[in-house]
Amino acid sequence: MTRINAKAASVRFENVTKIYGRDVVAVDDITLTVRAGSLVTLLGPSGCGKTTTLRMIAGLEMASRGTILIGDKDVTQLPATDRDVSMVFQSYALFPHMTVLENVSYGLKFSGFNKAETRDRAMAGLDLVGLKDYGGRLPSELSGGQQQRVAVARALVLEPQVLLFDEPLSNLDAKLRRKVREEIREIQQTLGLTVVYVTHDQEEALAVSDEIVVMRNAAIAQVGTPRDLYEAPADAFVADFIGEANLIPVEIVDTDGATATIAMGGYRHALPSRGLPKGPALLAVRPSRLVLSDRGGAGMAARIAKATYVGNRMEYTVETDVGSFFAVNEDVVHPLKPGTDVALGLAESGPVLVPRA
Amino acid sequence: MRIASTEKTTHPVLIFWIIAGWVGYALLPWYGVEEFWTFDWLSDGWPSEADYAPALGLVLQGLKPWLLPMLPALAAPLLVVTRRKTDPLYARVLIASGAFGFAWLVAQGLGIGLRGFTADWLAAIFGQLDDRQFGMGYGAMITASAFLFLLTQGLAARGLVKGDVFVASAIGGVIAVVTIFVFFPIAKMLMAGFVSDEGGLSVGHFLNRFFDARIWGLGCLTGGTRCGVAWNSLFLAVLVGIITTALGLAFALVLTRSGFRYKRVLRAMTVLPIITPPFVIGLAIILLFGLSGTVTTTVAGVLGIEATRWVYGLPGILIAQVLAFTPIAFLVLIGVVEGVSPSMEEAAQTLRASRWQTFRTVSLPLMRPGLANAFLLGFIESMADFGNPLVLGGNYDVLSTEIFFAIVGAQYDQSRAAILAIVLLFFTLAAFYLQRFWLGRKSYTTVTGKGDAGVHPPMPRGLAIPVYLIVGGWTAFTAVVYGMILYGSVVELWGVRNNLTFKHYITAFRVSWGENGIRWTGSAWDSFWTTIMISTIAAPLTAAVGLITAYLLTRQDFAGKRSFEFGTMLSFAIPGTVIGVAYILAFNVPPIEITGTGLILVISFIFRNMPVGVRAGIASMSQLDKSLDESSLTLGANSWQTFRRVILPLLRPAILAALVYSFVRAMTAISAVIFLVSARYDMATSYIIGRVENNDYGLAIAYSTALIFVMLAAVGLLQLLVGRTRIGRRTAHSTTTGH
Repeated sequence: MTRINAKAASVRFENVTKIYGRDVVAVDDITLTVRAGSLVTLLGPSGCGKTTTLRMIAGLEMASRGTILIGDKDVTQLPATDRDVSMVFQSYALFPHMTVLENVSYGLKFSGFNKAETRDRAMAGLDLVGLKDYGGRLPSELSGGQQQRVAVARALVLEPQVLLFDEPLSNLDAKLRRKVREEIREIQQTLGLTVVYVTHDQEEALAVSDEIVVMRNAAIAQVGTPRDLYEAPADAFVADFIGEANLIPVEIVDTDGATATIAMGGYRHALPSRGLPKGPALLAVRPSRLVLSDRGGAGMAARIAKATYVGNRMEYTVETDVGSFFAVNEDVVHPLKPGTDVALGLAESGPVLVPRA
Repeated sequence: MRIASTEKTTHPVLIFWIIAGWVGYALLPWYGVEEFWTFDWLSDGWPSEADYAPALGLVLQGLKPWLLPMLPALAAPLLVVTRRKTDPLYARVLIASGAFGFAWLVAQGLGIGLRGFTADWLAAIFGQLDDRQFGMGYGAMITASAFLFLLTQGLAARGLVKGDVFVASAIGGVIAVVTIFVFFPIAKMLMAGFVSDEGGLSVGHFLNRFFDARIWGLGCLTGGTRCGVAWNSLFLAVLVGIITTALGLAFALVLTRSGFRYKRVLRAMTVLPIITPPFVIGLAIILLFGLSGTVTTTVAGVLGIEATRWVYGLPGILIAQVLAFTPIAFLVLIGVVEGVSPSMEEAAQTLRASRWQTFRTVSLPLMRPGLANAFLLGFIESMADFGNPLVLGGNYDVLSTEIFFAIVGAQYDQSRAAILAIVLLFFTLAAFYLQRFWLGRKSYTTVTGKGDAGVHPPMPRGLAIPVYLIVGGWTAFTAVVYGMILYGSVVELWGVRNNLTFKHYITAFRVSWGENGIRWTGSAWDSFWTTIMISTIAAPLTAAVGLITAYLLTRQDFAGKRSFEFGTMLSFAIPGTVIGVAYILAFNVPPIEITGTGLILVISFIFRNMPVGVRAGIASMSQLDKSLDESSLTLGANSWQTFRRVILPLLRPAILAALVYSFVRAMTAISAVIFLVSARYDMATSYIIGRVENNDYGLAIAYSTALIFVMLAAVGLLQLLVGRTRIGRRTAHSTTTGH
């Protein structure tokens, strides 16, 4: 039985810039490495340059400046046809006039395989995504999830050095999304593929990635593992984009080694300084890391402005002297009523200091 | 593992064109042979006889030394065939030899003609040339293509259009053919306008003749002499534009905003102008309103007055053109009127606007671009129409017929024909420009692709009644006109001997069985088969050029794309009469000497009808998601393979439509054809016009009727084929909406 193997290679961007027309900068001087065999996600709001970056790896867009390497080879000038890269499109882009098997065989025809080999490999690819018996169908006769898997098989059978995904889950419904993303991750890890994955959904990015590249305004905001980004965001943008965060203006009143003491209104709290000097800073706190207490305890004086029941938790809007915050609480049995005066404290771990922009 | 094409050292496409260049230069006859499709030359002294010798043979015999410099340009590319595409030398050599070879080939072709040097300054520099050359033939054509594609491959290697050889070559090819067969003849014609009686170029002479009173005179306003032809044409075209737009709108409203039950009948009307040769309506008008026409004699009899020739002139042309072009306006307006989102009209109604207020303040303003478009199309069609003014014009001269008489009549005045053609071109280009200006600035798109469940409100009653009356009356009139055509074809001699007979059909289409099988003895068969043959050759070529152009316009980005688009769509605005004049002026002499051949007819059809193919292609290609191409590219197919395996199969309905449409248009065309036909290659339409001029109406009408049925069959066949193709891929566009 033919098997699909990986010929994973690394991808390297060196000072790559993409300019559309005369002066629209889509990607501004980015340098980036994707290790062979890893799954890296490009994450960011729309228009941040993540799709352009992906398309430059594919060769569908040409870099205006800089160098792109796949493995050790400079591919900057190579068109898509000549790069050993496959891509799974947001719309899947299955050819509607070809059967599933013809779709999966399509790229093999141009890669110098003979007929028998082409068929074997295509079947192996379909087998891998669990669609062995669907070869004779037309794409229009498959469900969205099945079409998605055909698109993956079509890209996989070429054993590309790099496999690209452009928002592959955006056309699927919520339940299917979780299943398909787990399948993609499993195939990637079993075969050891290099995968670059574009999404604007932070949860999806956290779930599948070895490493996440957060992009903003055509540049890289931060690169790191999912845990790094969630727990130690480099700045307010990343903190807010990866999981929601309350950004509270605070004053660092004292630093002692790695520990900083901050003042919010009249409330003081000590936490890792992360190299920030004395003076104004921002405190990023996840909604779940705000502790609300109506029976006293440490914290700022605050009042519940809104309380919303969403089933598995309570969502609160809390007013304080320094602004209003968003907090969630698992305790749905004893909800706090709007108008209640509470003490707003910070959890032991979670809140982090980031520089004020 | 994919091997990048940039690393390969074998270039099959390059080798193909190098070989082609050598074959053209060293094997095939360099100069044109009598008939393009005949091969007598093979046994007739080739390759040594000078008339049929290849360029290399001529140079070796010491003849035509100016063909020599192309030799190094053909030899240089041989040096780089084993080099990599990324090697700078590869690109440089190909660009240099391709550009030099092509430029030299064009320059020597234009510079040296039938009487030596074609310009005095060339003779002044190089001395008188005692030699001469004829039009280019197979050899020159193939060598020229080879140079062109060597150049585009060089440019692609340099990184033009992402280094894509197919796209670069397609762009180069389209630019070259459009330049040679649209811009070059038009430029030649403009030049001819400046040629004075003594043969020199003169601006004063041009201005003198351009502002001639016979063109621009306003005598008719002050009473007395007639107005200039330019004003006649303009007045007629504006009238036709307004009336056809109003009628087209009325039909569109009945179809979309009324409870009318027989909408299919109205839809069928849109097929009429496609299958009717333009002057046939004129013939029917004569049968009805001519001196011995049914209506004229009846009215004259009832009122007891003398029958007159009142219909010849403005009234006749106007009626005929409105009949012929209303369906075109309808076709344009139906799309626009349907396109107005019902939810806009429903929103207006919920905001307390009455039906009439809704129509006046929302529906009508949203239809404005469609109205402008319909008016301008009617305007351009009327300006360019040749058949109806010729048949019905009487003393009302218009530009298109004047051009014809200037060139084929006793005057034989090329310069006057050129000047009239320039005036005509000026009007239509101005209209074309206005249309783009008007439509380019405003966005009235109300169809968003989101589901729109509303229905159009019916017309307000105050509007509905006149609209129904107009539509009903006009439909009845159209039916009568087409009925007259059918009836007229079986009447022996209209108004004189009104007995029914198949005589005309028999004269035209008699078939007899002789010793050698079927003999086509009818008088129409010659032109009929020529028409079928020329149209059959032209149709696939038209579709191919149109679709490739559409592909470049929708799928590729390159510098100068906007001017490229403008250039290819321009030929839509150039009236056939102008093309006809320009072609005889440009292609009667070397370097391209093809007047009197079938080839010139084929070429004129390709470039007359190309915009139709382009539009059909653009419309259906923009429905194909671009990610289909991109995924094909990332799967390792190159752009040619993508075009062939993904785009073309998905465009099958568009291809069929373009094929049949260009076939039918080629069969009904008259305006350009009338200048380009020859005794050997006579087309059906020009044959019929000839019959009309000899007052042989019976035969003309019988032949026209036969043509209408042939084309009806072609269009019907298309409907059948396209319909079936659609069923085969009914869900083709739903790939992204599954679940």
